[in-house]
Amino acid sequence: MSRKTIAVAGAGLELFEAGQGAPLLWLHGGEGFDPRHEFAGLLAARRRLLAPSHPGFGKSSLPDWLDGIADIAYLYLELLDRLDIRQTDVVGCSIGGWIAAEMATKAPERIRRLVMVGPVGVKLGPADKLDIPDIFAMPQDALDRLLFHDPARMKTDPESMSDDELAIRVRNLETLALLTWEPWMHNPKLKHRLQRAAMPALFLRGESDGIVSAEYLQGYARLLPDARTATIAAAGHAPQLEQPGAVAEAVTRFLQE
Amino acid sequence: MKAWHFSENAYPYLPPAESYPSIRVTLPNRIYDPEKGAALYDRFIDEWLIAEEAGVEIMLNEHHQTATCVDPAAPLVLAALARLTRTARLLILGNPIANRRQPVRVAEEMALADVLSRGRVEAGFVRGVPYEIAAANANPVRSNERFAEALDLIIKAWTTHDGPFSHEGRFFHHRMVNIWPRPHQQPHPPVWISTTSPGGAAQAGARGFIQATFLTGFDATRQIYDGYRRGWREAGRGDEVPIHRLAYAALVYTAKSEREAFAGADKLLWYVRANKVPPYFRNPPGYVPVAANVKMLRGAEHPLSAFAKGATVESAIAGGFMFAGTPDQVLAQITKHYDHVGGWGHLLIMGQAGFLEHDETVAGIRTFAREVYPRLKELYPDSAISGLRQGAAGPR
Repeated sequence: MSRKTIAVAGAGLELFEAGQGAPLLWLHGGEGFDPRHEFAGLLAARRRLLAPSHPGFGKSSLPDWLDGIADIAYLYLELLDRLDIRQTDVVGCSIGGWIAAEMATKAPERIRRLVMVGPVGVKLGPADKLDIPDIFAMPQDALDRLLFHDPARMKTDPESMSDDELAIRVRNLETLALLTWEPWMHNPKLKHRLQRAAMPALFLRGESDGIVSAEYLQGYARLLPDARTATIAAAGHAPQLEQPGAVAEAVTRFLQE
Repeated sequence: MKAWHFSENAYPYLPPAESYPSIRVTLPNRIYDPEKGAALYDRFIDEWLIAEEAGVEIMLNEHHQTATCVDPAAPLVLAALARLTRTARLLILGNPIANRRQPVRVAEEMALADVLSRGRVEAGFVRGVPYEIAAANANPVRSNERFAEALDLIIKAWTTHDGPFSHEGRFFHHRMVNIWPRPHQQPHPPVWISTTSPGGAAQAGARGFIQATFLTGFDATRQIYDGYRRGWREAGRGDEVPIHRLAYAALVYTAKSEREAFAGADKLLWYVRANKVPPYFRNPPGYVPVAANVKMLRGAEHPLSAFAKGATVESAIAGGFMFAGTPDQVLAQITKHYDHVGGWGHLLIMGQAGFLEHDETVAGIRTFAREVYPRLKELYPDSAISGLRQGAAGPR
């Protein structure tokens, strides 16, 4: 997988690229993008996979002016211009789904088909109950139980990571907080704009996802004119990590329809 | 040398610590009995008044959603003290301005209290400890930047007297800033800053603010003060940093006998022992730099949290977190710390905590004021210079 840095609006964006064919823009979740992950290879075997690290994630820089998800959506629309891609399929996971939704409301014509994997970004429930649990106010083991179907298998030990990898993990979490702190994990305006996102869309959720509930996913999907939902078995909030084969299969099948 | 009596206004009547995960942020307030709370406010205010009577200045602070400090709106208590006291300086340390949404409102509060006290306010500003983040719903990322912008805006609001100015900054926006009243002191109340990093201290030094540091012991305090003195000199304020620009907060208890003093001092350790806070509130993402978090993931520990686990009076004194004993012992401990770190001109006395009762608190204040304070003032006059090498004849 090739890696390069592209400057957009003051951000140095780390961009991973692999494979041939029609473009597929992959927008990672809070954990960042790691080209060693199995799903990346599976998708790159079939498509031209483009996976940027969001500003403040991975090795991408974080400009001072940037503090919101919509800011990133504009950066990526500009990135598509730079890459001379008029239209692309997009897969967004968690906050990557939120970025994709913002892009889809701002420039729906740039997205051919859209896949949302455990997406956040809208507020559907009552004011006195968080739609998305407060991941910054719980012990790590409780968070792991919300994130994963099989926490014991998915847990990573800091001991096994280099200082550089640890620094990326810490910085990813910091940027996640910056972007999602308030309003918590959503843009109040987004649900009034999503009717513009009329491209065919598939909303996926791991069946054990403790972050994004089945009800939330259904409600989110209903805000788009042409969206359906599906479930990935034996997976949590990051099914692409726990069930890379099933996710690659579901994504590919939907994009080929 | 000035000494300040500081009380956190804790509410100590709590169930066993094993029964709750955190004394801060999430502890249900059904535990708080407003009648007992009212009696505590009366008592703590009385103790401040006794400190004033004994010639000691007054310091208060602010925390939120916690039993360790039931003063979530320190400017209100400051206003009460402004009317109840006559002579003492009134230090609020501090206003958590990285978490306050309206810095101009903070400028107004401080100006009001300054007028009410006829110019006795010392206005301290803090970024806020990490466990304030959740209570304030403040973004933990870029809080240093918010702090800096808020402080500049507050000082400008205090010192602008010819009608409104506008501020369109990175974090705060105002089109009409024109506060009434303006401060009593000119150009404005002394500004205090609390920081625990040498870099932050260097910035405070460059601005000439009064720098306070809390329970940082020997070596960390020296590094912070070195940062301050470096910032002061590099900004062209001269080689000599007066000691009255530097403050140190320690647990302090003085009594006639060592046995009595250590018994009182042991009760002060409630401060560190009771502060049960889980990691997710103690260290929200972005509060400390990435490199510091990497070190923590590798097992590094903050010196104070390492100390808190097995805190004893003896270890607290050895670590420079506490000055306790007979007047002679307290004076010797202070002198040792003073010499090690290069000298400071304000002793912030954490003189009440947990179950240290009223009589004990008052005895501690009075014994210190009578037996230690006059000697401190004589040894370390406000004109003394911080950062001189021991035995050196002049400034470095």
